[in-house]
Amino acid sequence: MPALKLRGVSKNFGAIVALSNVDIEIEMGEVVGLMGDNGAGKSTLMKIVAGNFPPTSGSIVLDGEEVHFTKPIEARRKGIEIVYQDLALCDNLTAAANVFLGREKRKRIGPFRYLDHSAMFRHAAELFRELKSETRPRDLVRQMSGGQRQAVAIARTRLSDPKIVLMDEPTAAISVRQVAEVLELIRRLKESNHGVVLVSHRMPDVFAVCDRVAVLRRGSKVADKEIAKTSPEEVTGLITGAIGSA
Amino acid sequence: MTSETNISHAEIDESISSRRELTGIQSMIRTQPFWVFIAIVAIGVVMSVISDVFFTERNLFNITRNFAFFGIMALGMSAVIVTAGIDLSVGSLMGLTGIVTGLVMQAGYPVVLGFIACMGTAALVGLVNGVLIAYLRMAPFVVTLGMLAIARSIAMVVSNNKMIYQFGPDQDLFEWIGGESVFGVPNPVWVMVILTGVFWIAYRYSTWGRWVFAVGGNKDAAKLSGIPVEKVIVSVYVICSSCAGLAAFLMVGWFGSVTNALGLTYELNVIAATVIGGANLMGGVAYALGAPIGAALMELIRNSLLLAGIDALWQQFFVGLFLILAVLLEQIRNRGGS
Repeated sequence: MPALKLRGVSKNFGAIVALSNVDIEIEMGEVVGLMGDNGAGKSTLMKIVAGNFPPTSGSIVLDGEEVHFTKPIEARRKGIEIVYQDLALCDNLTAAANVFLGREKRKRIGPFRYLDHSAMFRHAAELFRELKSETRPRDLVRQMSGGQRQAVAIARTRLSDPKIVLMDEPTAAISVRQVAEVLELIRRLKESNHGVVLVSHRMPDVFAVCDRVAVLRRGSKVADKEIAKTSPEEVTGLITGAIGSA
Repeated sequence: MTSETNISHAEIDESISSRRELTGIQSMIRTQPFWVFIAIVAIGVVMSVISDVFFTERNLFNITRNFAFFGIMALGMSAVIVTAGIDLSVGSLMGLTGIVTGLVMQAGYPVVLGFIACMGTAALVGLVNGVLIAYLRMAPFVVTLGMLAIARSIAMVVSNNKMIYQFGPDQDLFEWIGGESVFGVPNPVWVMVILTGVFWIAYRYSTWGRWVFAVGGNKDAAKLSGIPVEKVIVSVYVICSSCAGLAAFLMVGWFGSVTNALGLTYELNVIAATVIGGANLMGGVAYALGAPIGAALMELIRNSLLLAGIDALWQQFFVGLFLILAVLLEQIRNRGGS
């Protein structure tokens, strides 16, 4: 049974059809690349799954159970975490503070509850170690490299042990060396049996880590193939429309 | 092989980060309040050489009492500035809350009711500021500038432009709270010290404090993390206004009278004290200890000029100079950091 199953998902914004009748399935421990040109509907699809807005029609089935999200927090509670394109971190806080933002660990003395800094530092250090990232929990995010920021954003998703991690262009704004680091992080997520959806423009990234690639064009899915059975040339053709569908 | 080297990297990192924790003094040295504190000590040393009056108990008593009011307000202002906001209405609000306190007590009500009316008025004004800024997404500068005019005007109307100097049956108690001292320390200074402790704990150990800093660092990220951004913003304006109300309550008790001009132009001094104390107007940075330290520096400048026989008219010059220097210093440090 797939961990996440989208059936006939469509989304209209007024007269504009952003998505029409998209079916996608993701297994646990599988990385699916989601590709498409600007405006093809990738972000819309991610936002529907992450609970930013509901689909106009179609259904989302998570672990065999149909779900309806109206807020991101509901999707998170059901085990769907998203790493946003701009990473959504607070530069003025430490790595650990960002990991636990909105989900702070607290201790209790009598009626008072206070932030448990040492537990958060410890837990964050553990998460970074699992991700094999050289990120120090006490460093301010302001002083961090793009790869380290990415590790913080990904570590956030692991607090709740999600089933599905959505990654929106995680390698768009970082250096070549850091890209390798992020791809390694994605492999770790796969090894720990998470389903990952990687939205990306970068063909080499998709072919490096994904098991399957789905291509959207003008709101419709035009291909869904195993990586081993396709090629960057074919995918490029599918994205641009030079190849109709596959 | 590669995974082994990675693991050792992580262990090295951990040992580095735990070592960094021990050097708390280093991180303290990097903060602005520390350097302002050094400046205060330096001025103090110079002044005690120049003037034999400076280091007397009487003078230190006066200095600390005078800056306590600004310190209390700067604490509230620091919470607003952390969220990248500003509150220009605190001076006018002092006038309004001072008059409200006066009117309630003049009518013969006990000091407790005067205090409740004072703080209630302050909280209400803060609530209006906060709701307009958080929910209607108006610019803090504009909203609080409007409130600056409105609060002062209401103070003039309800006071009928008259001074109040009779505070009913609790007059003595009221004047004692604002004007007297316990264990040789003026009461407003006690209030400031306790409040500084409360802010320090709140900034460091409460989720509210963490959220206030998160909102100032990246509002969108805070929102996506499930933080109730609007409520946090409303809370800081209510707290800032409440601090102004508290300062007014104490100050009226000290003066023994109140006019609707109470706190005129204080907003500038309060904002200056907060910024000198290390708060960044772009948001995300402020220190609980910075607020009283910034206020102390400003009062010290005034006092020193007075004792050194320099015309008091120069005070604002030096306050302005220190304000600009403080911001410049921070920019230089930020550039050095990145």
